[in-house]
Amino acid sequence: MNPILLAVLLLAGIGLIAAVGLTVASKVFAVPVDEKAEAIRECLPGANCGACGYSGCDGYAAALSKGETTNTALCQPGGTEASIAIGEVTGLAAGEVKPMAAVVLCQGHNVNSVQKLEYQGVMSCKMAAQVFGGPKECIYGCIGFGDCIAACEYGAISICNGIARINPYECKACKMCVKTCPKGLIQVMPLEETKAAVLCKNHDKGAATRKECKAGCIGCMKCVKACESGAIEIDRFCARVDIEKCIGCGLCHEQCPVGAIDLISLVKK
Amino acid sequence: MKLYLQILMTAILTGNFVLCKFLGICPFLGVSKKLNTAVGMSAAVVFVMALATAVTYPINTFLVAKELDYLQTIVFILVIAALVQLVEIILKKFMPPLYNALGIYLPLITTNCAVLGVVLLNITENYSFAQSMCNSVGAGLGFMLAMVIFSGVRSRLEGCDIPKFLQGLPIVLIAASIVSVSFMGFTGIVEGILGL
Repeated sequence: MNPILLAVLLLAGIGLIAAVGLTVASKVFAVPVDEKAEAIRECLPGANCGACGYSGCDGYAAALSKGETTNTALCQPGGTEASIAIGEVTGLAAGEVKPMAAVVLCQGHNVNSVQKLEYQGVMSCKMAAQVFGGPKECIYGCIGFGDCIAACEYGAISICNGIARINPYECKACKMCVKTCPKGLIQVMPLEETKAAVLCKNHDKGAATRKECKAGCIGCMKCVKACESGAIEIDRFCARVDIEKCIGCGLCHEQCPVGAIDLISLVKK
Repeated sequence: MKLYLQILMTAILTGNFVLCKFLGICPFLGVSKKLNTAVGMSAAVVFVMALATAVTYPINTFLVAKELDYLQTIVFILVIAALVQLVEIILKKFMPPLYNALGIYLPLITTNCAVLGVVLLNITENYSFAQSMCNSVGAGLGFMLAMVIFSGVRSRLEGCDIPKFLQGLPIVLIAASIVSVSFMGFTGIVEGILGL
């Protein structure tokens, strides 16, 4: 046979077999797709963060589609927009998602905090936290090796002067960093509202805190006395603000002798 | 046995597909940003490479017998692409967890140059079937090693203060070249270990 003809026929044959085989296979092995769930899935951001309480965006979409939940406002990253979009697809009532952003409750940067040891090992907060509670004197503070950076899907976190800082404009409040931080320093705060926050989690006694960090809460009770709405309480020598009760008046911020209380007013651009 | 070990080690270290032969650079740069995507992609590569070798080896024997060797490249592309599509469909039906892990990376890797490269190199090296399989699995594992190492390098890069003119792809390419140079240090290690 003509070698050119043979080559052409061979290739055409293989192509034909592959085409027929694939067509048959796609029909035989077709997986029924839940079209409603697919449509809902399109409305979600796809971060798979689990802030909604389901196993990711697919899980939430499936739950909404099957009617396991009727709450369309569970997606923090998607926000109100996603809720409205889901509402249009499913006919469920859209809810308002309060915009939130995460904040690192620590001010123990290189200037304020005192180093106690030179850590040489795997550059991970989780690892470093197991060596005498981290390289800083304060065992409650931010280690600054960036486990939260690796957890953040949106690139909102950076290490600034030895501690993590979160850019509220990038943050979608998915709480991945909250789960990751071995010191539990990250808190999600509402956006577009002014709230006081104690930027310290140090539970040592005042004198000990002073030696560890210049900006540590010493538990002096001044803020508790100043607060008119009773939103602040001292838990083991460290003040804590109840976000629900806080009205953002700033009296505590003015009273704090170490500057550990800050008014957080994050405004979306 | 020693020969198979030598082929495997060579494919992973001294003849690493990405860092020494410069094949499969696009997924290497594209998907190495995060460790979990890098591992998922590499697992797909190992899988596709082994599968492609297993299928193309008998086809090559047939082509050589018919004196149609010059058709190798195009036939292999056709067969590998169709096969991977088929495997993807079957995985989706019968193994959803595996499909979720590999699924999105399978089509990406179908006609990758590394996959085609390992298949064609098996032929030029005159490997037997078992040797070919050994080489392709080794090439896949070498790809995985390169991806995992490089995703670590890149996660470090993200925290660095990079000069503006090097931000983005330039610094990634420079880092890749340094990792590649470091793999040159493996020269001769396989022969040394196995005492050949």
